[in-house]
Order: sequence, then C-alpha cells, then structure tokens
Amino acid sequence: MMEIGLNHYLVLSTILFSIGLIGVMKRKNLLLLFFATEIMLNSVNIAFAAISHYYGDLTGQMFAFFVIAIAASEVAVGLGLLILWHKRHSSIDLDKMSTMKG
Amino acid sequence: MFEAIAFYLFAFLTTLMFFITVTTSQALHALTALAAGMIFISAFFFILGADFLGAIQIVVYSGAVMALYAFGMMFFDTTREVKEKQGNQYIIAGLSVVAAVLVVIIFAAPMVTDNITALYPMTEGVGNTQDVGMVLFTKYLVPFEVAAIMLLVAMIAGIVLAGKKMDDSLTAMNESEIEESNARRLS
Repeated sequence: MMEIGLNHYLVLSTILFSIGLIGVMKRKNLLLLFFATEIMLNSVNIAFAAISHYYGDLTGQMFAFFVIAIAASEVAVGLGLLILWHKRHSSIDLDKMSTMKG
Repeated sequence: MFEAIAFYLFAFLTTLMFFITVTTSQALHALTALAAGMIFISAFFFILGADFLGAIQIVVYSGAVMALYAFGMMFFDTTREVKEKQGNQYIIAGLSVVAAVLVVIIFAAPMVTDNITALYPMTEGVGNTQDVGMVLFTKYLVPFEVAAIMLLVAMIAGIVLAGKKMDDSLTAMNESEIEESNARRLS
C-alpha cells in the first residue's frame, strides 16, 4: 500500500483516461470536447513518465515531449477552426455540424 | 512514505479536477478545473524524477494551452448553459467495451514484457534536464526538427484561420469578397 509502484501510476492513468473518454462521449459543446481530449493526452503522459522512471529508460519522456508538442499544435489549429465556425454559424454545437448528411 | 502521501494526494486532486471538467455545465468552471488539473499532473512528473517534463507541462499546458483556450472562449458565448448529448446507447456500449479491453491490455503489458531492457538508459550523476538534452539532440534530433516544423505550420494555420483582422477572415469569404477587400485595402 505504502510502496508506490508502476501499477499505481498505470491505474491512475487508466482512471484519468476513462474520465476523458466519458467527457468525449457525453459532451456536445465542441470546446468542452477539446478539454476532454486534453485530459486523455495528459493521462497517457503520466503513463509514459511512470514507465520511463520504473524501467530507467528515457524513451518514455521523449514520447511525452512529442505528445505535448502535438497537443499544442492541435489546440492552435482546432481553436482557429472553431473560431471560424463560430463566426459563420454562431454555434459550436456538435450536432449542428453534420452538414454532410446524405 | 512521503512519495505515497504525495501520490495519493495528487491522484485524488487530479481525478477530482478532471471529473469537474467533464461534468460541469459551465464552460468557465471547466476551463479553470482543467488548468488546475494540469498543474497537479506536473506534480507526478516531479515525483517520478522527470523534472524537465514537469516544467514543460506547467509552461506549455498551464501557460500556453490554457491561455489559448481562455482567449478562444472570449469569442464564444460561455454564459449559456451547456446542453448534454442524449447518447446513442450502442455507441456508448461499444466504446465501454473498447475501454475495458484497453484496461486489460495496459495491465497485461508490463507482465508480458518483464525482460525489457532500456533503449536509452538514464546516465548516473547527471541531472534529468542534461540527460534529456543529450538524448533529444542526438537520437531524437530528426523528430525534434519535424515537431518544430509542425508547430510552425500550426502557428501559420492559427493566424490564417483566426485572422489578424477579426471582423473579416480570408477563409470565410468567397472569391469576389476577397477581391473586394483587396481593392479596398489598396485604395
């Protein structure tokens, strides 16, 4: 109980990932959907750092850096698209975006 | 002992903050709870000895990403109540099954690969930042440069999409409107 091992971090990472997944499934507002994806990316970063620590390997930390870089660019592009969509339709509802309905 | 206390404290706080983020109906509450959760996550990196990663987490997530979200939210009507999706039962059931399988894989993977050896082992007597720098600028130099180009592309995309002049955007106009705005600017 008092000794924190790799499995503790993996359990925590799984819990946070599930919270993010719940958010992705139940959110309708696209901005809050982005928040949920950030949670999922962060939970994966915890798992990477923990495995990197417990196996004495730096590769996990390297992957976490690239995940952070990808998250930053995803936010920049996604928020730009979101602002553009909000200018046109004045709504960021996910259900109203299905314009390619057959 | 202290590691265990810190782990459980920050695990509780992070879970609580992210739970607030996905359940609250106020966008501003979600934003602040997410920012707090990001800072609490950096604590795990410090506990795990990944000091540089923890600093990057605070600078990039709590600094850059949260500021970007805060600026983005100024364009949206955040005071309105957020409506929740009445989800499709089959999709939710399917995703739950996928998540359960993922959990099993996550727990099975360390047991299967017990004889794993470190590809880039940590150097003794060298700080984490120096260690990261040595690996990043030798073994991972090309991915690092590609990530830099990707960030540049993302920056240009953000400028083009959101626009310098917020009232007219080049991507939201059709051809004739672009000609018109060009003519107006030249005259």
